[in-house]
Amino acid sequence: MKHVKTLNTRKLQNTIKKGGCGECQTSCQSACKTSCTVGNQTCENTK
Amino acid sequence: MVHQYKNNGYNIVLDVNSGAIHVVDDVVYDVIPLWETHSKEEIIEKLKAEYKESEIAEAIEEVAELEKDEVLFTKDEYEDYVIDFKKRPTVVKALCLHIAHDCNLACRYCFAEEGEYHGRRALMSYEVGKKALDFLIANSGNRRNLEVDFFGGEPTLNFQVVKDLVAYGREQEKIHNKNFRFTLTTNGVLLNDDIMEFANKEMANVVLSIDGRKEVNDRMRPFRNGSGSYDLIVPKFQKFADSRNQTNYYARGTFTHFNLDFAEDVLHLADLGFKQISVEPVVAQDTDEYAIREEDLPQLFDEYDKLAAEMVKRHKSGEDFNFFHFMIDLEGGPCVAKRLSGCGSGTEYLAVTPWGDLYPCHQFVGNEKFYMGNVTEGVTNTQIRDEFKSCNVYAKEKCRECFARFYCSGGCAANSYNFHGDIHNAYDIGCALQKKRVECAIMIKAAEALEEE
Repeated sequence: MKHVKTLNTRKLQNTIKKGGCGECQTSCQSACKTSCTVGNQTCENTK
Repeated sequence: MVHQYKNNGYNIVLDVNSGAIHVVDDVVYDVIPLWETHSKEEIIEKLKAEYKESEIAEAIEEVAELEKDEVLFTKDEYEDYVIDFKKRPTVVKALCLHIAHDCNLACRYCFAEEGEYHGRRALMSYEVGKKALDFLIANSGNRRNLEVDFFGGEPTLNFQVVKDLVAYGREQEKIHNKNFRFTLTTNGVLLNDDIMEFANKEMANVVLSIDGRKEVNDRMRPFRNGSGSYDLIVPKFQKFADSRNQTNYYARGTFTHFNLDFAEDVLHLADLGFKQISVEPVVAQDTDEYAIREEDLPQLFDEYDKLAAEMVKRHKSGEDFNFFHFMIDLEGGPCVAKRLSGCGSGTEYLAVTPWGDLYPCHQFVGNEKFYMGNVTEGVTNTQIRDEFKSCNVYAKEKCRECFARFYCSGGCAANSYNFHGDIHNAYDIGCALQKKRVECAIMIKAAEALEEE
């Protein structure tokens, strides 16, 4: 595309099919003990 | 839902429901807000004073293509999915163990009131800790990875119990085919070679509490006699971070109304050599003098912008560091289910007091209304669990219209409760800061991607 650069190819809607295994890290256990940040967690299955 | 903004010279478009992020030129940036309410002819008519008609036509074509590919103007089809997902049986997979309700510092913003959580000082016994691990294993269903954070107060005040519980966990994980991930949160005062060596062998992550510049840290993190902790902890933390090869740890700080220029503190930590940094806004009652106020927001937004721009610069010069709240994994980020279910407090994540009582998370410990049960009998107050289980972005009015809902997943229940007396609300100042952080984090990714070209 001439006017657009898309940064990611993974679509959130596609994770409905395979997601939800629940093995990934609980967000509060990492580095935020006071503000919930989930979007930056890593998927256990893409490690 | 589409969110578009300009930051650090980039035009950024976030398609909220697909998670797609586009960096666009000015003409596409101006076409997008008109897209859903205007015909192609009307768009051209509206923009032709500013752009060539052929350019507008090209932009329209590209926007149409993105929409067709379901990476722009994607519909939100997750609400029914979250209902199904939430019907699954609850498992517990993470515990915050309050190894010590006592502390050797007297941090002024401590929600645990010098480690005591509005109660008496106490250390968790090995017996209680063991029961907590047994409870976790017994309630974890088919989850294999189980997380246990040694928290406090200050857990190094009771470190022998930490060591013994890790040994017990390692023995039990083999029997039950589980994998324990232990973490430690410490203020560093008692940190020594023995603790570091043990932690490097056993702890998947360590959180090292430090607020940044000496005067900032020492103002909020003094000893009980009033003297500062910075000089004692900095060399230990530096050694600890190096001994972990600058990975799997966070130098973690809190900023307050007293250091609204907190980007300086983040950069100070980076200049001290820390590569993994997390500095976040204080959680306080609005009557506290150190609480963040609404009028502080413009300055805090500027600080996040400044920090993000500086991180882009440092990335280019090879002096980069990680800032937890700007981390976004564009290719391997969490699935929708994770983004919808949030931090898991009160359901898959529970806090355990030194006496073995269960609470939805460390922030609720000491508030008897949120007592959920204990490690011997398990969760007996299932009403609280169900209330937390029902707490997601579709249950919160404010989240439904928010572009950041799949990044914060509805925010911190404790924050919401502190400000509104209800976990199904959202803490507005926290939301404003969260949105800003998401914007900055995406900008950094845009800068990195375009730099690689």
